[in-house]
Amino acid sequence: MTLLSVSNMRVHFGPKEVVKGIDFSIAPGEKLALVGESGSGKTVTALSLLGLLGNGRCSGTAQLNGTSGTKDLFSLSEEAMRAVRGQEIAMIFQEPMTALNPLFSIGNQIAEVVQLKLGLSAAQAAKATIELLEKTGMPEPARRANAFPHQLSGGQRQRAMIAMALACKPRLLLADEPTTALDVSVRAQILDLLQDLQRETGMAVLMITHDLNLVRKFADRVAVMENGYLVESGSVAQVFAHAQHAYTRKLIDSTPSRDPLEAVASAGAALLEAKDVKVDYPVPLPGWRGWFKKGSFTAVHQANFSIGVGRTLGVIGESGSGKSSLALAVLGLHPQGGKIRFDGQGWGKDKLSDQRLRRSMQVVFQDPFSSLSPRMTVAEIVGEGLLVHHTELGPAQRQQRVLQTLAEVGLTEEQFPNLLARYPHEFSGGQRQRVAIARALIVDPRLLVLDEPTSALDVTIQKQVLRLLQGLQRNRGLSYLLITHDVAVIRAMAHEVLVMKDGQVVEMGAADAVLNDSQHPYTKTLIAASA
Amino acid sequence: MQTPTLSLSPGHRAWLRFKRNKVGYWSLLIFCCLVALSLCAELISNDRPLIVRYQGQTYFPVLQEYPEKTFGGDFDTPTDYLDPFIREALAKEGNWAVFAPNPYGYKTLNYFAKEPNPSRPTKDNLLGTDDRGRDLLAQLIYGFRVSVLFALALTISGTLLGVITGAIQGFFGGRTDLAFQRFIEIWGSMPELYLLIIFSAVFAPSIALLLVLLSLFGWMGLSDYVRAEFLRNRQLDYVRAARALGVSNWRIITRHILPNSMTPVVTFLPFRMSGAILALTSLDFLGLGVPPGTPSLGELLLQGKNSIDAWWISVFTFLVLVITLLLLTFMGDALRDALDPRKADQDAAAGGPQ
Repeated sequence: MTLLSVSNMRVHFGPKEVVKGIDFSIAPGEKLALVGESGSGKTVTALSLLGLLGNGRCSGTAQLNGTSGTKDLFSLSEEAMRAVRGQEIAMIFQEPMTALNPLFSIGNQIAEVVQLKLGLSAAQAAKATIELLEKTGMPEPARRANAFPHQLSGGQRQRAMIAMALACKPRLLLADEPTTALDVSVRAQILDLLQDLQRETGMAVLMITHDLNLVRKFADRVAVMENGYLVESGSVAQVFAHAQHAYTRKLIDSTPSRDPLEAVASAGAALLEAKDVKVDYPVPLPGWRGWFKKGSFTAVHQANFSIGVGRTLGVIGESGSGKSSLALAVLGLHPQGGKIRFDGQGWGKDKLSDQRLRRSMQVVFQDPFSSLSPRMTVAEIVGEGLLVHHTELGPAQRQQRVLQTLAEVGLTEEQFPNLLARYPHEFSGGQRQRVAIARALIVDPRLLVLDEPTSALDVTIQKQVLRLLQGLQRNRGLSYLLITHDVAVIRAMAHEVLVMKDGQVVEMGAADAVLNDSQHPYTKTLIAASA
Repeated sequence: MQTPTLSLSPGHRAWLRFKRNKVGYWSLLIFCCLVALSLCAELISNDRPLIVRYQGQTYFPVLQEYPEKTFGGDFDTPTDYLDPFIREALAKEGNWAVFAPNPYGYKTLNYFAKEPNPSRPTKDNLLGTDDRGRDLLAQLIYGFRVSVLFALALTISGTLLGVITGAIQGFFGGRTDLAFQRFIEIWGSMPELYLLIIFSAVFAPSIALLLVLLSLFGWMGLSDYVRAEFLRNRQLDYVRAARALGVSNWRIITRHILPNSMTPVVTFLPFRMSGAILALTSLDFLGLGVPPGTPSLGELLLQGKNSIDAWWISVFTFLVLVITLLLLTFMGDALRDALDPRKADQDAAAGGPQ
């Protein structure tokens, strides 16, 4: 007896086929994980089960053995589909901030579902809402029911989303990357919650994710998607132990690892020294006082650290911990207190010395989509640094340098004909990140600030980019200030680690010591959550 | 990914999307044709012939004035080629003349008209004449030209001002932005129409004065949009990366932010054009616009209102206005769709790599 069986499902967007004939089934109470990288069609699969595709077209069959007989989800009328949504199949989304309506309190939004679907009165609905919130482990549910989405933390918002999804006791829950947008330490809690609720209600869960750790912890069965095809499926134990398909093996093997050729790290002379660095942001004051002056929010308190030549300092922390502010301060892009000395030089002495500092300190940002101007060609983007710092070069020499640097990051004319005239949209995320690295490298910097360089990339690409960075460090003797929330990346890259929480440096030391024998309880939770 | 096709710039892709919108594309073509035709209005509608062959000599009256004596007249005054006497002289053996398709200029008074003024559409005056006996078709052609050129100038000046002020506010932000915003609020609350009335009373009305006055008040709407785009774009990572490279402010503005902030500017161009045409027409209608004697759609509308029996004046002027504004609106619609970032994304998702 299956709850849902999908066969030969295809989804088209215009002329493009994104799901290319997949079959899978879910038994009642089963936890199936749908794994794949971005663009593999996994979210589209889930959305089409609920008829939420928008302008996509869907073919094939999806037999749902619901409470009221068997029906094919793909041939239901919009009205019949509405009865299925929420009651038979519910969904939770990746980003609870955008999935919740900002203008209504969460209690309001949950109560609406219960009133509509179960026909409760307003008073009954309010009571049911509080019960639901309580079930999802929301602290102080009665008070929080009146809170608006922006007043809750990310984890609490996701709890509210789950409460809303579970309001009508669906038999199947579609969870689209439910923990990806959350901080590492909250992820484990949400996952535990889902697990508990699943056990309690006996619903089936289709978990969509790219995170194999999560699959291992959560799912009974796993299905792997690549480019719209379902390439492999089976029990979690079996797939992880004996992956049949090459792509599955590649996914499993994508945990970042240390550079095998890394020289025995020797603590060289310090390239960058920071003492008592403090970063403030102006924030509006509440009430009428805000009309006349701004308050200030301290993003980084008194950070002390140094980076040696050819070494990597990993800065780890959750969102809002001040790690990106620290990066901006080091780059001299944000006013800071304290002392930052690069090779004995500080920011703001005069224009010329600042310009020299800019040349030896470069940055790679997280999002490869916003870090490249969409209206400039690769040649313009990468060559920009030369226009500023090597004005003596002619166009031909400049082009040669650009090609050389692009080759160094693994982008060549053979691979991409007409490479220099291409625009960023013609590249994938990983390739764009390579372009961004080339832009930084072309001026021969000595320190690269890497602000979450791989967290927007797919796992297999992440590994390649980290390999590239490791190779560059080895060959060029670069120093890295690596900012990330991902313990695995730190493990693979960092020589020294600095742990930040709420703007404070809570722990610092050699990578081995911090990661394997952490002292601070916060570091311990971070590491435990990512294991 | 491995397609060897030539890369298209985002602008080029927007143009392809624009072309796919048939209504907008054809509107653009028709509008361009109409503007091009109106620019050669002297060859289409003129009271002077294009070429005259008279007694073995060739004359180009369209370029140069000839006294009546040249063609056997009695006086030194400029030739009136509509005069039956001159016509007769030009029709003699060996002489010939090529007239423009519509043998009237916008100022031409036909002293030899067969009908009283205003004349209904006849064989001589295809769309009739106005109350002073000037040919309506000629008035419309020249009036259209004045309107379009004026609108173009106003759009360009307003756009330039708007982009510059918006860019300064958005890029520097903070106090600069605050000061500029307050200035715009004060400036925007000035009674534009009364100023126009006062100025047209003080100074001799001229198109240049009108252009300056309207430009002074026309940039504020656009400046807000450009400012918002700059505020958004300046904190994007590619701008930060450029700053980290040490690129100068000027280059960041012109090379990085401006090209990425032009979407609202370009989208509004046709709508600004139609707004400008309408503004000129209404001012002329109120008598505050171009100096008397300038061909103008608004003045024709006023005539139509004053002599309501002469239906041809209002109907044809109205038609010209509606068609012009409609073409511009269609173009604007297509342009807005072509530059819609969501559509662009869909486009990339459907055709391009992920």
